[in-house]
Amino acid sequence: MNKTVKYYPAGSLEDYYVQMGRAVQIEGHEIAVFRTTSGELYALDNRSPHPKGGPLAEGMVSGHFVYDPLYDWKIDLRDGFVQAPDHGEVRTHQVLIEEGTVSIGMSSGHEQGIGTSL
Amino acid sequence: MKADREKLIVIGNGMAGISTVEQILKLSGSYDITVFGSEPHPNYNRIMLSYVLEGSKTINDIILNDLNWYEDHGIKLYTDTTVARIDSETRRVITEDGASVPYDKVIIATGSNPLILPIPGCDKQGVVGFRNIEDCNQMIEAARSYHSAAVIGGGLLGLEAAKGLVSLGMQVTVVHLMEDLMERQLDHQAALMLKDELERQGIGFAMGKKTTELIGGKRVEGLRFSDGTELACDFVVMAAGIKPNTGVAKVSGIAVNRGIIVDDFMRTSMHHVYAVGECNEHRGICYGLVAPLFEQGNVLAKHICGVATQPYEGSVVSTKLKISGVDVFSAGEFIEGPMHTVIAAQNDWKHTYKKILLQDGKIAGAVLFGDVTEAAPLQKLVKEHALMTDDIYNEIMGGGCCGSSGAKKSLSVETMASEEIVCGCNGVTKQMIVEAITEQGLTTVEEIKACTGATRSCGGCKPVVEQILQYVLGDGFQTESKQGICGCTKLSRDEIVAEIRGKGLKTIREVMNVLEWSHPEGCSKCRPALNYYLGMVYPAEHEDEKASRFVNERLHANIQKDGTYTVVPRMYGGVTTPEDLKRIADVSLKYDVKVVKVTGGQRLDLIGVKKEDLPKVWEELDMPSGYAYAKSLRTVKTCVGSQFCRFGTQDSMAMGALLERKFERLDFPAKFKMAVNGCPRNCAESCTKDIGIVGNDGGWEIFVGGNGGIKPRIADSFCKVKTDQELVDICGAVIQLYRETGKYLERTSEWVERMGLEAIQAAVLEDEEQRMQLLERNNFALQQVEEPWSQVLRENATRRVMYGEVNGDAPHNKLEV
Ligand SMILES: Cc1cc2nc3c(=O)[nH]c(=O)nc-3n(C[C@H](O)[C@H](O)[C@H](O)COP(=O)(O)OP(=O)(O)OC[C@H]3O[C@@H](n4cnc5c(N)ncnc54)[C@H](O)[C@@H]3O)c2cc1C
Ligand code: SF4
Ligand code: FES
Repeated sequence: MNKTVKYYPAGSLEDYYVQMGRAVQIEGHEIAVFRTTSGELYALDNRSPHPKGGPLAEGMVSGHFVYDPLYDWKIDLRDGFVQAPDHGEVRTHQVLIEEGTVSIGMSSGHEQGIGTSL
Repeated sequence: MKADREKLIVIGNGMAGISTVEQILKLSGSYDITVFGSEPHPNYNRIMLSYVLEGSKTINDIILNDLNWYEDHGIKLYTDTTVARIDSETRRVITEDGASVPYDKVIIATGSNPLILPIPGCDKQGVVGFRNIEDCNQMIEAARSYHSAAVIGGGLLGLEAAKGLVSLGMQVTVVHLMEDLMERQLDHQAALMLKDELERQGIGFAMGKKTTELIGGKRVEGLRFSDGTELACDFVVMAAGIKPNTGVAKVSGIAVNRGIIVDDFMRTSMHHVYAVGECNEHRGICYGLVAPLFEQGNVLAKHICGVATQPYEGSVVSTKLKISGVDVFSAGEFIEGPMHTVIAAQNDWKHTYKKILLQDGKIAGAVLFGDVTEAAPLQKLVKEHALMTDDIYNEIMGGGCCGSSGAKKSLSVETMASEEIVCGCNGVTKQMIVEAITEQGLTTVEEIKACTGATRSCGGCKPVVEQILQYVLGDGFQTESKQGICGCTKLSRDEIVAEIRGKGLKTIREVMNVLEWSHPEGCSKCRPALNYYLGMVYPAEHEDEKASRFVNERLHANIQKDGTYTVVPRMYGGVTTPEDLKRIADVSLKYDVKVVKVTGGQRLDLIGVKKEDLPKVWEELDMPSGYAYAKSLRTVKTCVGSQFCRFGTQDSMAMGALLERKFERLDFPAKFKMAVNGCPRNCAESCTKDIGIVGNDGGWEIFVGGNGGIKPRIADSFCKVKTDQELVDICGAVIQLYRETGKYLERTSEWVERMGLEAIQAAVLEDEEQRMQLLERNNFALQQVEEPWSQVLRENATRRVMYGEVNGDAPHNKLEV
């Protein structure tokens, strides 16, 4: 189970406001990065698992959840799981913060465009 | 073990077939199941095609059993495969492409086909039925290239098709043979009211017309009627009825009348072959709705699995039209005959109508129009042929019953049999709902919907589901329904605002900490509400908390479903200039705006702007924000008025612009719309606005609480004033009272009903001192507002972080995980 993860720089920590999200382009993929009150950054594919899709980055962040901006689905930033009563999953990515610089990890499988839902 | 399993073949991969299979799977694992379906899709909710057509649902939304479901249950599914016949001698089912599969038992569930009238021209291009996804796609496709449609048939299906096509932008005429719409479900009076309402929604009607020919060349160009008249159109939907799809049964030698004849256990005349759903005929009746097919499927599943079951004895059907703003209901008998006693109430002002038919004192049928809150109990009473009593009469016909819980009991769900189907669309019984509530601890209708599917389709069963919830939870429901503004708190709006004022709480965080929120950072419901209440209480000090604003208000633009935004510049009173228009045109071209649309409130909407372009678009437009995204004053719509109109008594354009300039940018509990008219002809439609103003010869009349949205409400006359100053003052006082007492997201239409018109009039009109104070606070709040677009342009950091792009560069390291 050796998986290669490539890390891509994604600006500095100040580029992210607390309790807000922001879209980051990485090799043609759009990643939504959220900063929580407790200081963590979380990265997820910037696409709502709702059948009608739409972006996630503009959602409202509460604790380690984001409410999708178009349909109000509640998604756990840590594992990408949609909370009941809705169902679904968003692919998550690793985030590294080193001396204020942010980088986002993408596993090598990603280029094949692996789906984001169950 | 596997080899022993009996082979069950289901012909027809639709709602009846698959719901029967679902029941069978619950009862027994002893069948090896194969399903054949002509359509290329897994089983979907056919009812919801109307929503797909109208655009509010996608095909994906309406799939009931996806391909994984078949796989998980070991069911072999052949899509795109039509069965030709059943050979009872060799016990094989033979498909049209020649394959043959052995069976022990067969269920025919082939549904029905649209009735295509056998008249000259019926095979022309541009003529479709309305039955499946392909029909739906054809209609959506046609609406792109053609302009006018005729729908033949004014029943449920025809009307839903017509409404869908209207939503797609077509001009639609419904052609109906009878004088009354939906004559198989509604009486004359309800049909008239229905037609009125649908005309208001933009559907045209040609009543009492018999279509004798479709005219045109290769493609249809119009209809010809028996009276010699014609109707031009370039698209035709045939919705004149359905006929049971009996083809397979017929060629296999099974007894067929209008439908495939079945007994009370769904057995056909051929041994080991059953028929369920719209394709069959039971005791002389072919049904065209889903509720009966679930009941049939239940009986059939039990019978086939050897579980004892009552025979199926027929269904009492009821109808709900899935068109928003049109509530109709009927059940049982609805056209009175000499044997009936009629109870009827008609209210032309509220546009409601109720009728109950009694036979020998028992409830035989009912029709409701406009207000269908009593639909659920009525449906049950009709089904049970209940005896009419004083209690029932008071309950249903009594009108203003304020929590008369004693009487309610008699109709409650308590007495309902547990296997009775509550949600006809999804075949959910009372028992399934009760179990979901008790075993999984559900407390809301939404949760029940997610868990059982009840209320998921037409929504007609929602009142009963609510009653069951209430019944099962008992006191639990009471406390639950007295809950706070969201799941994070038990406090109501008034309690929260009182605490904010009383304890001097200043930030959302403080409110949540001091008032013991259960989720420390709140949710998407309470945070915007608290942000509003804090801003309302402390207009000067409160620092707006951007992170607690919905995306639209945070970014000052409306997000669209594809993630682009719309930009609506302010045009005071709906008046613009050639210079502004030119600039709007230039910017739209430069930033590749997808659509420029005139909004319902007389403004221009530039749709499809990329987020990162928003600041540049605003900069180059150089106009103030029109606040089309905000819980704030949206627009003041105006008519031409006395500057140019020969009827005008007041200068509505100038007054509209003045009011818009005065009250713009202030936060309200919900969006807020106004209109100003120059005379009582009311061309700018004051009656559907939060505040509507109508000029007269000597002054103005002010209306409040109007709404044109989901729950339309005509505004109430508030007062008449003589001078412009009085007009502006009263608007300001009403607005401030609404800001201070309204619940977040509560429109004035609800607010006026909750507060009572008289109470508002008393506060604003009678108590002069209070009016002055309201005005003072309103003016103070107005002094704090700032134009948001120019503010973003000024603040570079905000502009960069909120609107700018971040791009990941080349990877800088590799890690093995
Ligand atoms: C637009 C629309 C709106 C509706 N709205 C409502 C509503 O609001 N309320 C309500 O109660 N009902 C409504 N109905 C009716 C409801 O959809 C039907 O009652 C229900 O779908 C009937 O189920 P069925 O399984 O008998 O037939 P179907 O759902 O039609 O299924 C039959 C399936 O069998 C397939 N088939 C046919 N012949 C063969 C063959 N030889 N081999 C293989 N497969 C075959 C067909 O392609 C079809 O997929 C609506 C219908 C439509 C079209
Ligand atoms: S409301 Fe009266 S004044 Fe205004 S445009 Fe209509 S007719 Fe003219
Ligand atoms: S009866 Fe239609 S959704 Fe329940």
